Amino acid sequence: MLDLTYELPKPKVIAGAKHDWELVIGMEVHAQVSSNAKLFSGASTKFGAEPNSNVAFVDAAMPGMLPVINEYCIEQAVRTGLGLKAEINLTSAFDRKNYFYPDQPAGYQISQLYHPIVGEGEVLVELGDGTARPVRVERIHMEQDAGKSIHDMDPEMSFVDLNRAGVCLMEIVSRPDIRSPEEAAAYILKLRQIMRYLGTCNGDMQNGNLRADVNVSVCRPGAYERYRETGDFGHLGTRCEIKNMNSTRFIQQAIEVEARRQIAILEAGGEVDQETRGFDPVKGETRTQRSKEEAHDYRYFPDPDLLPLEIEQEWVDDIKASLPELPDDKKARFIKDFGLTDYDASVLTADVESANYFDAVAEGRNGKLTANWVINELFGRLKKDECDITQSPVSPAQLGGVIDLIASDAISGKIAKDLFEIVYTEGGDPAEIVEARGMKQVTDTGAIEAALDEIIAANPAQVEKAKVNPKLAGWFVGQVMKATGGKANPKAVNELIAKKLS
Amino acid sequence: MSIDQSTAAKVAKLARIKVEEDALPALAEEFNTILGFIEQLNEVDVDGVEPMTSVTPQRLARRADVVTDGNQQEKVLTNAPDAREGFFAVPKVVE
Repeated sequence: MLDLTYELPKPKVIAGAKHDWELVIGMEVHAQVSSNAKLFSGASTKFGAEPNSNVAFVDAAMPGMLPVINEYCIEQAVRTGLGLKAEINLTSAFDRKNYFYPDQPAGYQISQLYHPIVGEGEVLVELGDGTARPVRVERIHMEQDAGKSIHDMDPEMSFVDLNRAGVCLMEIVSRPDIRSPEEAAAYILKLRQIMRYLGTCNGDMQNGNLRADVNVSVCRPGAYERYRETGDFGHLGTRCEIKNMNSTRFIQQAIEVEARRQIAILEAGGEVDQETRGFDPVKGETRTQRSKEEAHDYRYFPDPDLLPLEIEQEWVDDIKASLPELPDDKKARFIKDFGLTDYDASVLTADVESANYFDAVAEGRNGKLTANWVINELFGRLKKDECDITQSPVSPAQLGGVIDLIASDAISGKIAKDLFEIVYTEGGDPAEIVEARGMKQVTDTGAIEAALDEIIAANPAQVEKAKVNPKLAGWFVGQVMKATGGKANPKAVNELIAKKLS
Repeated sequence: MSIDQSTAAKVAKLARIKVEEDALPALAEEFNTILGFIEQLNEVDVDGVEPMTSVTPQRLARRADVVTDGNQQEKVLTNAPDAREGFFAVPKVVE
């Protein structure tokens, strides 16, 4: 693999009233597997269906119904694990996590506490300023999603929709390696990017297909390093868990306010209670969600309805062989093979469709020129139409055609932009359009010279000024371009002007 | 490990089973009998013995990722004490 090297980012320091504090953050990210059917039933996972229409009897926990696991979901969990360079456990098992809530009709959630399918991995989180944080992943396990409760349709009743109940989630648990709100946002976006490359989760945060519980604690500078050396959590502060966040902006705000709340308690001589909190973006505060008396006691035990899940190394190897090139590798390749800047490579690899588009255009062409056209012209134009790359009316072959015409000096950069607009709005083969509409660059110095002579003859005053101040030669370039309809080769024009005015 | 009355009350509460105050001593006693039996089992040395998960060797049954179920809103809601507009309606639960 091509490795790019990064410096470690500095941890965020918050100045309290008495002294400085640092943040320690761990995240549990819930990613919905992109499957057609649920984890243990044949009901659809489709979003936005009639309430309770995507429900099999096993999802509604009807007596006697038994779960049967969806093989595709297992494969996606393994794929995700491989994508995070994590170890895959050939034997894993399902446990029941017991709690009562109306959107969890069985009274338990099937999860994998004791033997998760994926073990330790690592994610490199780039922060865009030349620094990157390696975040260790502790585990990934599969579990069922709950249904949805709606509290605002009736004053006395809550309404329950079980369409989402039983949909397969991957819970990706990080170590407490994240050290600032920005890193937390970048971490979840990096997971999203990798899973979208892998095709295991569509990463739609708005619809809740990717959401996070964020564990936040604060410590004095130096304490975290002692934790890393010894592995002893005693060096860290007591953490609070902020539940169910599905926006990177709110995640950052919530971490910031939660850290400041904890610092205020500690500096006043108090102690932080380990608890679950919710973030209220309107008030900009976190609040206790469950009081201690109701503290959950999940009484996990192995699910007697499900045998341990055994998978074969051969199958894992096959999945590994089918993995696409992942973002880190792609970015490194774009930088090394095409000479792109880190920034351009990041933009082009942000999503797999953009990266594949660039790859298709850059094949056999100048990488930097291609990157400029894809990022500045194509992305810019698509943005204006509020389209993404998958909706581009210009195919890689068409954009490649435009770039070839520039590279061969057949058209000028200015004409190329006009040509691009024609291809974008009308379609067609760039080379044919240039031919048919007479857009070819004039490299015939005779024609350019004739045009220039005419301009010189008509503007004697400008000629005198330009002779004294060579910077004014630009005016003549403009005039020649105008006279030739922008088709004159700028290089040839410049050379001729320099000769004539000297 | 011994179960006292308050632990028995807590277990009942977690399981959402209503147990009258005067039934708690008997319940705690019953738990203790069960746990005593488990403790007896715990005396057996099972070091290095694979857990037996089924009597005949079996592989966890799997399903293809195909939609084969659902579209039965009415049946799903049939036994609900209250249902409105396609939803289960339950006493208000807000944390």
